[in-house]
Amino acid sequence: MRLRTNLSLGIGGTLVAILILIGIFGPLITRHDPLAIDLRLALAGPKPNHPLGCDALGRDMLARLMYGARLSLAVSISVVALSLVVGSLIGGSAALAGGRVDSIVMRFVDVFLAFPGFLLAIALAAILGPGLTDLVIALTAMGWTGYARLVRGEVLSLREREYVQAANTLGATPSRILIRHLLPGIAGPVAVQATFGIGGIIVAEASLSFLGLGAMPPTPSWGNMLDAGRAFLLVAPHLTTAPGIAIGLSVLAFNLLGDGLAQLAGRRS
Amino acid sequence: MIAYLGRRLLALIPVALGVATITFALIHLVPGDPVVAMLGDMAAPADIEGMRHELGLDRPLWQQYAAFLGGLATGDLGESISTHQRVAHLIAQRFPATLELASAGVIVAIAIAFPLGMIAGAAPGGPADLGAMGFAVVGISVPHLYLGPLLMILFSLKLRWLPLTGRGGLSHLILPAVTLGTALAAILARMLRQSLVQVRGSDYMRTAIGKGLSANAALLRHGLRNALTPVVTLLGLQLGGLLAGSIITEVIFSWPGLGRLMITAISARDYPLVEGCVLTFALTYVVVNMATDMVYGLIDPRIRLGGEAR
Repeated sequence: MRLRTNLSLGIGGTLVAILILIGIFGPLITRHDPLAIDLRLALAGPKPNHPLGCDALGRDMLARLMYGARLSLAVSISVVALSLVVGSLIGGSAALAGGRVDSIVMRFVDVFLAFPGFLLAIALAAILGPGLTDLVIALTAMGWTGYARLVRGEVLSLREREYVQAANTLGATPSRILIRHLLPGIAGPVAVQATFGIGGIIVAEASLSFLGLGAMPPTPSWGNMLDAGRAFLLVAPHLTTAPGIAIGLSVLAFNLLGDGLAQLAGRRS
Repeated sequence: MIAYLGRRLLALIPVALGVATITFALIHLVPGDPVVAMLGDMAAPADIEGMRHELGLDRPLWQQYAAFLGGLATGDLGESISTHQRVAHLIAQRFPATLELASAGVIVAIAIAFPLGMIAGAAPGGPADLGAMGFAVVGISVPHLYLGPLLMILFSLKLRWLPLTGRGGLSHLILPAVTLGTALAAILARMLRQSLVQVRGSDYMRTAIGKGLSANAALLRHGLRNALTPVVTLLGLQLGGLLAGSIITEVIFSWPGLGRLMITAISARDYPLVEGCVLTFALTYVVVNMATDMVYGLIDPRIRLGGEAR
């Protein structure tokens, strides 16, 4: 079991680190402009100057892929961070308030949970229109409920623990109990869920962009690159393969990392 | 049993109402004027007012909401702006295709997950387990978005075994169903394996083996049924993923279902049709979720009998 934990953490962590490095520094390294059109290179296969070939407009695929990584990571990390804040505030305050407030707030969350998340994101993105801010809003609407439930559950169960009750008896203020005793206890499970969440949002972002509801061309995103490549499946399969593998590897990376973190957290408690 | 089913069905009503309200709020409360979006920024104010009146958007919100719920109760979802057909009619035309694809996806998922999970769970740590779980890790990571085009390149364009797009006989169904079902198969296989591994150590398994059953027979006859409960729960939890996957799969394979209808309606800014599609998807999701819950109760009598608490 320990070996599996280390393997998941090691491989997942390394892949995530590489991905983040590419997202930050990739665009600085490549000499190619991801938007520069060169029709002489349209649909060109891999060659020394363009290791992943060029798309239908002769734009360098590697440069587009690296800018896509930046967009994908920026969007998914903001969405997860935002969902986490909204979810924790709602779930945490429901748990702390307890009673009527708690049950009303959680009924509201339940109704949201009964609504399929990706459908909500599609509908919101369709109404708000394409664009990165709207994309983040649409995806956050889909993501926050899970964190609200998780944080509420954790707060409710931690509050009954002896060490928290002891602090309470000793006269610690509610805010001190929250910051010193509850938050550190919640951090583990929340970090696990957020790690898996990033993987999920990467796919959701790619899917929305693929459907024309997210990042709009010419801005390179893995989703709209896949969509653009579909017309050239036979003549230029690398147009779909490159972003497809990028999405798959990113999801794999965050899933492995999440898996490793979950086992680490499970072992500790 | 009947009481249990009745309770579950009654619980459906408020959830369905909530889901319908979210759909209404999405279309009517979210900033951004659908009429301006439809007609464009340059449209004459008179045209915008006319369109608003035609769609009933100039009425007070509560009247619109009442009309929406009334329409819903009678199965009237309004008229499509782009085709001028009844929305309910358009949806009824497309719905069977989506149901066909989704069922086929689940069948593919179960058909792959069961043998895989059983093989892996029968001898944890062995080479078969490693192979099966390796497949599962890859299967979970490959997005529908990419698996679809990949299968098209391999089986339609290179090997020419299966048709590229569209709906028809079984041959048209295979690639979309595999695209949709693979991720689910991987998730279920992993769960089944884990659940079987847990069940192996239980007392009744040891008793069964002690009575002379072979380890595999005991696993098949006694272990599997008990290992199934978490798998069914997980299947229920994955319905959202299945729905998202089916929308993407329909678009990739030009499958004439509800998902593609919705995406087309979105690009045509046909809001009544978008609203109808979102509503149908959401209500189907709620109903199927409830059905999974009931199956859960059928497999595990403890849930049915202790149902009051749920």
